[in-house]
Amino acid sequence: MMMRNKISLGFAALVVALLLVVPVYASWAGEPFALTFMARVLVFALAAISLNLILGYGGMVSFGHALYMGLGAYSVGLLAQHEVTNGWVQLGVTLAVCGAVGLLTGVISLRTTGIAFIMITLAFAQMFYYLFVSLKQYGGDDGLSISARSDFGLFTLASPVTLYYTALVLVLAALFFTHRLVAARFGMVLRGCRVNERRMKAMGFHTLRYRLSAYVLSSMLCGLAGLLYANLTGFASPAYLAWTVSGELIVMVVLGGMGTVFGPLAGALVLLISEELLKALTDHWMMILGPLIVLVVLTARRGVYGYLLDWDAWRERKRVAVLPESVEGQP
Amino acid sequence: MSLSLFLIQMLNGLQLGVLLFMLSAGLTLVFGIMNFVNLAHGSLYMMGAYFAAAAYARTDSFLLAALVGIVGSAALGFAIERIVAARLYARDHLDHVLATFGLILFFNELARTVWGASPYYMNVPQALSGTINLLGISYSAYRFAIIVVGLLVALGCYLLINKTRVGMLIRAGSSNPTIVAALGVNIKLLNAAIFALGAALAGVAGLMSGPILSVQPGMGEPILITAMIVIVIGGIGSVRGAFYSALIVGVIDTAGRAFLPMILREFLDRSTAQAAGPALASMLICIFMAAVLALKPQGLFPVKNQ
Repeated sequence: MMMRNKISLGFAALVVALLLVVPVYASWAGEPFALTFMARVLVFALAAISLNLILGYGGMVSFGHALYMGLGAYSVGLLAQHEVTNGWVQLGVTLAVCGAVGLLTGVISLRTTGIAFIMITLAFAQMFYYLFVSLKQYGGDDGLSISARSDFGLFTLASPVTLYYTALVLVLAALFFTHRLVAARFGMVLRGCRVNERRMKAMGFHTLRYRLSAYVLSSMLCGLAGLLYANLTGFASPAYLAWTVSGELIVMVVLGGMGTVFGPLAGALVLLISEELLKALTDHWMMILGPLIVLVVLTARRGVYGYLLDWDAWRERKRVAVLPESVEGQP
Repeated sequence: MSLSLFLIQMLNGLQLGVLLFMLSAGLTLVFGIMNFVNLAHGSLYMMGAYFAAAAYARTDSFLLAALVGIVGSAALGFAIERIVAARLYARDHLDHVLATFGLILFFNELARTVWGASPYYMNVPQALSGTINLLGISYSAYRFAIIVVGLLVALGCYLLINKTRVGMLIRAGSSNPTIVAALGVNIKLLNAAIFALGAALAGVAGLMSGPILSVQPGMGEPILITAMIVIVIGGIGSVRGAFYSALIVGVIDTAGRAFLPMILREFLDRSTAQAAGPALASMLICIFMAAVLALKPQGLFPVKNQ
């Protein structure tokens, strides 16, 4: 009963259905660009989902999340450079490296809150940015091109269609994972920390442990997005961990609806498609995008998916308001 | 390594330090008083540099260029405060970060549209183009002028905040804006003025660094991130802390870049040292920040009354 007629769920189902047929459309219309573009949207959606886990539910504004995308991409790039193209090895290395870096930087950053946390995560990301820029033997500033894609034995990520569906499966899995996680005890504690950490401490939770676990989990998930991104572009570049990418990820999360399961995907879709439309309009598209972001912050705080949820809640209230009259006569 | 090289690098560190102070003072002033995170501060620095460079190219007078740079960036700061920042004071930091991120994209593209994507050069003024003799070493007169200007600005900030009536209001506004407003002070104007003051400081930093760095779109971001590291190390909201930590960071960064590759060569083989040296040097201040935070999460010189 509760699930019926929900606009937000209908919208989500529609988006997923459309995403499923993108490769079919691309080959039918002969537009390979549509496929790679939508694959890019999915990769960024995955990264935004990982950021939403700590930003939306944990209240931790990480301004350096692109770091993990970069680490994932370089795990593929550096291994491929040394002729290790086994996808499982690359996956293991990505998760291990992102987990380790997440743990190390998380322990230090989480000692602080608020603005200091924003700046520290930014500084750590910059630190790795400079590291990769100065690795001259691996392309330095220019980045590193990857000749062979990840080979997972059963399938390789060389074909755009395979890559697309792999990304889609991962995005859907990540959405389901988020959905389950935030409703579980762990997610409850995390959301409690966002609202009032001191109270959670008083209730006997070791809050740092929960927040750190969420942070590490999020960085590993974001590393996965990096692995896919490297396979998509055939390239690993310091630009992947530039601070503007971290900013874009935050914009996606907020634009889509912070702290909603489906929001990051909606945000990635809206932001990247509007960027593409503006690019077609003018070379100086950033002069329009910048003020648009300011406008969104000033006016539309709940985000695309947040408004859909508001709409559902409003309809639900209206339904409940009518209900008592019809059940009045019953004991 | 000779003594004079060491002294020159120390002076370069000091010079970077005072530039960082001018940026971080504005950043931390606005944060400490209005609780507003202004990532677009680097854009004000960039626009100040462009204004000055453009005016210098037209008029050939450095004084006029300085005036245009400072007044221009202050006016821009005032406008940003009125149009965007003032509406966001009551919101949380995430909204500040996002809105000012949008502003950065806008200003970088604006600079690219107006002045082109390639670097824009600004000449060193004729009077300061030579070198001066300092304790037996010759040092660039222009860089020395930056140090002098930076220290004068720091002194000016100290006097303004601690010795004047406006400074008293600024300090009062930082601890309780509501009461200050109730006492009949136009707090909105005061906020805008502080924002413009911070912007003017960024403009001074921009115009002073114009002749030694290339003026180009996006030039504000790397130094802004360093300035943020400065204020995190110094203790957020503390101008005094920003001053000391700017000097420390300036010296560490410069010394690291100059001497670290040299030192590593003593221990490691040549190719490893050549790869690790610059990487480690550029990471040095982040490592320093991490170390400081691990020991003192509040920063080295935290604000006392909070």
